[in-house]
Amino acid sequence: MNSELLIWLLPLPPLLAFFFIVLFTNRTKWLSHSIAIGAAVLSFLGTMVLIFRAIQTDHFGEHPIQSSINWLPTGDTWLQIGVMVDPLTVVTLFFVSITVLMIFLYSIGYHNFGQPKGDHDLPGLPPHGAVKADVHGHKKLVLSIEPMYSRFFAFIGLFAFGMYTLVISDNLLTLFVGWEIMGLCSYLLIGFWFAKPSARSAAIKAFMTTRIGDVFMLLGIAYIYSATGSLSFQEILSPATLEMLVQKSSPIVGLTAAGLIGILIFIGTIGKSAQWPLHVWLPDAMEGPTPVSAMIHAATMVSAGVYLVVRMFPLLSAGVGHSSLPPPMVAMAVIGTFTAIFAATIAIAQNDIKRVLAYSTISQLGFMIAALGVGGYVAATFHLVTHAFFKALLFLGSGSVIHGMEHGVFATGNHIDPQDMFNMGGLRKKMPVTFWTFTIGGLALAGFPLITAGFWSKDEIFVDAFHHQPFVFIILALSALITAFYTMRQISLTFLGKPRSNAADHAHETPWTMTAPLVILGFFAITTGWLGIPEDFPIIGGLVPNWFHEFVGSTLTVHPETIPFHPVPLITSLVVSLGGLGLGWYVYRKVTDEKVDPIQRPLGKMYVILKNKYYFDEFYQKVFIQPSIRFSEKIVYAFMDRTVIDGALHWIANVTLIIGKFFRNSIDMPIVNGFGDLVGNVTTKLGFIFRPLQTGKVQQYMIMALVTLVAFTIIFYYIFF
Amino acid sequence: MIPLSWYLVFAAALFCVGLFGVLARKNAIAVLMGIELMLNAVNINLVAFWRYLGPQDITGQVFTIMVFAVAAAEVSVGLALFISLYRRRGTISADEIDLMKW
Amino acid sequence: MTPEMLIFIIIATITLGAAFMVVSSRNLVHVALWLIVTLFGVALLFTLLSAGFLAIAQVVIYIGAIAILLIFAIMLTRRTKEDVKSTFNSNWRWALFIGFLFFTGLLVILMNWSGIAAAPPELDSRANPVVEIGLALVNPNGYLLVFELASVLLLAALVGSIFVAWDRRK
Repeated sequence: MNSELLIWLLPLPPLLAFFFIVLFTNRTKWLSHSIAIGAAVLSFLGTMVLIFRAIQTDHFGEHPIQSSINWLPTGDTWLQIGVMVDPLTVVTLFFVSITVLMIFLYSIGYHNFGQPKGDHDLPGLPPHGAVKADVHGHKKLVLSIEPMYSRFFAFIGLFAFGMYTLVISDNLLTLFVGWEIMGLCSYLLIGFWFAKPSARSAAIKAFMTTRIGDVFMLLGIAYIYSATGSLSFQEILSPATLEMLVQKSSPIVGLTAAGLIGILIFIGTIGKSAQWPLHVWLPDAMEGPTPVSAMIHAATMVSAGVYLVVRMFPLLSAGVGHSSLPPPMVAMAVIGTFTAIFAATIAIAQNDIKRVLAYSTISQLGFMIAALGVGGYVAATFHLVTHAFFKALLFLGSGSVIHGMEHGVFATGNHIDPQDMFNMGGLRKKMPVTFWTFTIGGLALAGFPLITAGFWSKDEIFVDAFHHQPFVFIILALSALITAFYTMRQISLTFLGKPRSNAADHAHETPWTMTAPLVILGFFAITTGWLGIPEDFPIIGGLVPNWFHEFVGSTLTVHPETIPFHPVPLITSLVVSLGGLGLGWYVYRKVTDEKVDPIQRPLGKMYVILKNKYYFDEFYQKVFIQPSIRFSEKIVYAFMDRTVIDGALHWIANVTLIIGKFFRNSIDMPIVNGFGDLVGNVTTKLGFIFRPLQTGKVQQYMIMALVTLVAFTIIFYYIFF
Repeated sequence: MIPLSWYLVFAAALFCVGLFGVLARKNAIAVLMGIELMLNAVNINLVAFWRYLGPQDITGQVFTIMVFAVAAAEVSVGLALFISLYRRRGTISADEIDLMKW
Repeated sequence: MTPEMLIFIIIATITLGAAFMVVSSRNLVHVALWLIVTLFGVALLFTLLSAGFLAIAQVVIYIGAIAILLIFAIMLTRRTKEDVKSTFNSNWRWALFIGFLFFTGLLVILMNWSGIAAAPPELDSRANPVVEIGLALVNPNGYLLVFELASVLLLAALVGSIFVAWDRRK
């Protein structure tokens, strides 16, 4: 089939899977996951076909595959919506399709398919074990299957639909639709175990926080439409339109229209990609099941925020080359860099295995945004792709670890928090596949030289930062050092050393449905980097052409320059990565006490601040949330609703009642009723009066008749004659 | 020769006597006899008119014969009713037969 | 005063007298007998009007059948206390009044009619009224239908009166 039709069909299988599972196969667990996996495979195959065709096209960036339809009539013209696949879409679809498929597969094992139903499992709570008797009659507690199994697959199907829609759309409107569908699914999936109050609060927090970003983004989209009359990327991002937007001034003094739009759209990304100050929802979102954390909060949804700003890069960078940098770029550079180091520092004081990864995600997204802010288009895209792979790998690996720990908890009856790293240790021997794949992911995150994808993408960012904004480069380098440190901290505490609890001692490897995706993602975490080796890298540069730079760079009308090689970024990259890893290993390799963190004493009071995430949650609670609650309770509810509106309604009801009573008593009863009664009474009385006429005697009747006859005859006789 | 008016006046008088009998007598059979008087008055009228106004046309007499037949039929049915009534009620006084009284 | 008129006056007086006795006699059998007298008088008047067949028919049907039937009915419905009560019911004044009213009314109308003092035309001596009546009754263009209907009526009356008067106590 032709490519345009194939693009339109890409989001369809997961959407159909969602409907099918919700409507028909909710009770049949194996059928639900089969439909979901089948849909993911279909979209994956379609993507691969498309990518294959796209790669073979020469100068693909200049004529991307495109198809659009007239949708809304708007006066004389039509608002068009459609799909487009250009090089940026190609690389995004690549990692989206693979990670989605891997995570779908992983979910089967994660939700314990094949295990018995739990004894006290209720929908809405995480499963907590079933008692199973083995061959000898010994009873033991094993992991039980998730009660809301099918629902999960339905939701992630819907989510996949949203992501595909966002990636393939060629206009801001359908992009926003996909954006919001993913926001909804994020809410539904964070609050998947809805009977837990913490999950419910986390879901609301995520939705509300991203909503704040979405409001500004919508303002930006509206402004674009009113300024240009279109929402399609091809038209907005054409040089002529950009020139017009740069010249146009906006309502805010000092900002051009392009600048204001750029900032507004970027605020949407701040919300969706959890940048400071709207970062608070992502760590709480770890309440959801781990596949959710992997997919939504590592690989795809938060990447969507970065995808948006990458896509809108021509608009955000419009005006660069004039005397000063355009305001959106400045904003991105500042916020991205600050977020990177801010989140990294928090990560070193977290004990929950998933929290560390959450803050790591925030930090890495900050890297990407900072890269864009300094003009590193290709670098940011490259890091987006590699980060998706290794972060998904890390999250899935952490899920595997947690599963192993839970098995140990059930086996030993030692009820500890399976997610706390200080209860783990020595899992390298118990869960080898998980250990090796997790380590690959961690090394990629830290930027281990040459063999991991993270190294190549992070290196490019450093090159761009060093070339354009050295200050940004220094801060990013510090962040990378801290990143490597906490990564090694995590690996050491979890896998190395000796088990620090009974549960850890009894952990074992997870089934193939969970470990196979880890291996596959590990493969990509290593090899993806080799697509983007710079040409003038010492020794090995030039062996393989820098395909990524060529391909993705061709998306922009002005091909980004290839920055010449400089030793400083490379050396810095090696130093921070190896140094950070080494320092982490040294500090944490022999931790035996599960209560005390070795860095607690050196950091002192700073440790407490870091552990409490700089008290941002408490700050927001006091400054924003509680006043809002008080406002809605006291003013909107008590006053406006109960007193004013309800009071008015009661008053109207009373008045109506009074009027009704008046009508009833003064008009209805006397006049209408009275008249009816009068007619009845008169008839009865007349009847009584005339009754004696009926004597029953025939002769009297005859006499009466004859008298009447005579009377009438006389009357008529005298009238007519 | 007798003027037509004499016959007509006579018939009128007979009719009114019969009418009085119908309305004023208590016994039902006496009422029936009053009706017979009225019918006879009518017959006299008919024949008088036949004789004085169109004797060539036999219609007057035929009509009278029909009145005979009807009178006979009516008397027989009426008397049958009275006999049946006498059996049930034990009386044929028109005053006492007032079931249709309110 | 011609002899015809005299005869007429005598017959009329007797008939009306008998009629008065019919409506005012106390004894029911007397009433029946006075009725027979009245009917006979009417037959004589028919004869006076040259309707001989009708006179004979009157005697045979009315006196011979109807009056006898009335006498039978009187016999079958006798009550011993009958003669004590008055003959008239409570409305006899009204009845009298109406009787007079009707008579007066009829007289008034007759007086105003122009043909009141007509003379009787000559009868055709060759015509035989009996034959003419017979022919008229069976003539399809004449009174055949009426004749047949009258016979049906008599049949119905016959059946009806038998049925109504049937004694069901057996």
